[in-house]
Amino acid sequence: MKATGKVFKYGDNVDTDVIIPARYLNVPDPQELAKHCMEDIDTDFAKQVKQGDIIVADKNFGCGSSREHAPIAIKASGVSCVIAETFARIFYRNAINIGLPIIECPEAAKGIEAGDEVEIDFDSGKIYNRTKGTEFQGQAFPEFMQKIIRAEGLINYINNK
Amino acid sequence: MGMTMTQKILAAHAGLETVTAGQLIEADLDLVLGNDVTSPVAIGEMKKMNVEGVFDKDKIAIVLDHFTPNKDIKSAELCKCAKDFAYANSITNFYETGEVGIEHALLPEKGLVVAGDVVIGADSHTCTYGALGAFSTGVGSTDMAAGMATGKAWFKVPSAIKFHLTGKPGKWISGKDVILHIIGLIGVDGALYKSMEFTGDGIQYLSMDDRFAMTNMAIEAGGKNGIFPVDDLAVEYMKEHSKKEYKIYEADEDAEYEAEYTIDLSQLKPTVAFPHLPENTRTIDEDFDISIDQVVIGSCTNGRISDLRAAAEVMKGRKVAKGVRAIIIPATQAVYLQAMEEGLLATFIKAGAAVSTPTCGPCLGGHMGILAKGERAVATTNRNFVGRMGDPESEVYLASPAVAAASAVTGKISGPEELGL
Repeated sequence: MKATGKVFKYGDNVDTDVIIPARYLNVPDPQELAKHCMEDIDTDFAKQVKQGDIIVADKNFGCGSSREHAPIAIKASGVSCVIAETFARIFYRNAINIGLPIIECPEAAKGIEAGDEVEIDFDSGKIYNRTKGTEFQGQAFPEFMQKIIRAEGLINYINNK
Repeated sequence: MGMTMTQKILAAHAGLETVTAGQLIEADLDLVLGNDVTSPVAIGEMKKMNVEGVFDKDKIAIVLDHFTPNKDIKSAELCKCAKDFAYANSITNFYETGEVGIEHALLPEKGLVVAGDVVIGADSHTCTYGALGAFSTGVGSTDMAAGMATGKAWFKVPSAIKFHLTGKPGKWISGKDVILHIIGLIGVDGALYKSMEFTGDGIQYLSMDDRFAMTNMAIEAGGKNGIFPVDDLAVEYMKEHSKKEYKIYEADEDAEYEAEYTIDLSQLKPTVAFPHLPENTRTIDEDFDISIDQVVIGSCTNGRISDLRAAAEVMKGRKVAKGVRAIIIPATQAVYLQAMEEGLLATFIKAGAAVSTPTCGPCLGGHMGILAKGERAVATTNRNFVGRMGDPESEVYLASPAVAAASAVTGKISGPEELGL
């Protein structure tokens, strides 16, 4: 499994309130949520993001509320993977459960800038920065996790078993 | 090697003699919680599963507290979805407007959580129940769905940080000040994936409401859970509120901790977290002059009776400053009634504050007190992220009920001492 896309870069402690503000939580439809994804810290994100693009951030991405709407909004925006130095634990669990690939890789978080074109190989965990010609080693995705992602989430994965 | 309190509870619920940090386990759940925002998503996921109904209708709580009383048609639809599901599955612990309270104040009050329980909730502040000596943690809607269907959840056993509390806190120091101080010390990811275990002689000076406020905000340090040892005060609370059997677990003498901190409560000062992170703490005696537009006293952190008593003590015989909107939200109907009987609500209303029915409302920028661009609020809530209470250019300052009440009176961020208290 591979992903390729342009990078949107953010700093430390991107919380779930800015990923999807609570004022939009009264509609759980993924496409509606995607329209407002990241808008409180980046009003251009929803307009510019394209299928396959990648979010790269520093420490503690997804801190705060347990709203699963946050990874759902990111996934519905077309984002193929989130790379961060660290993730907040509820977001980490939610992302996997809904089938949004995420990788903890401090080196990649530091070595990748906004607008870079990045390629990720989920089998090997390799993250290749095409723009800068640099490579980083993240954790490979175990097979069951790739299956969850391909099944578009834990529930479908369990049903398929 | 010994186990922490959290590890012992998890081991017992996984049917294991011992567990170690990092181990993956499947644990039996004593309670699965959801609210009006997260339950509808979980219900949607559960419908996709090939299961017949829920694992135990008595071990699920659905509490419609976030956008209620229904703030708009879309929120009403969410609540209706949750209610239809609760009725169809004969969920015993379903609460809507009239009976509802803010979930993390309501569940202990109704006796639905006791020491030794394992609880998951599709709300990040589910970690609150650690004050009773339970293991409880926030999850997303998919985990809630799986929990409702199977009565089980998988966990990675957390390592722990120990906070040794000593000394007697000053009159205006509440649990909120203690936890803000700790978050300021270790940062918003200082306890990432870990348990925060509170111990020490200082605990005897903390009321149950203080402790609930502290474990409530474990998540704001990234913690998986926060937990207190079960002392006489906790036992008394459980006996008063619950018929459930409780079980007391104690950390082993040789339990391993990744870090240990000693905090002398007698040295703490009223503490305020500045925008836009709970770790941006300053003490009230530092030099700042910040005028405010709104005060909110309530939430799952600080909407309990002792919080309202502290606020009322400050506001009694005083007036909310002209130009400030003060909003008081008792966390549950029982707290509301008690505050009424004790005359606290009269104090608030005479001071010029608005008193609302229980709701999470303004804490998450839902309704009942949204901020305009450029406005500032002092709130007893738990998060001050960008846009949390309204416009992305508004600001939230987190503080104790006493500081929030004093600020309402002066119109700027102030401690009770400034009023001669």
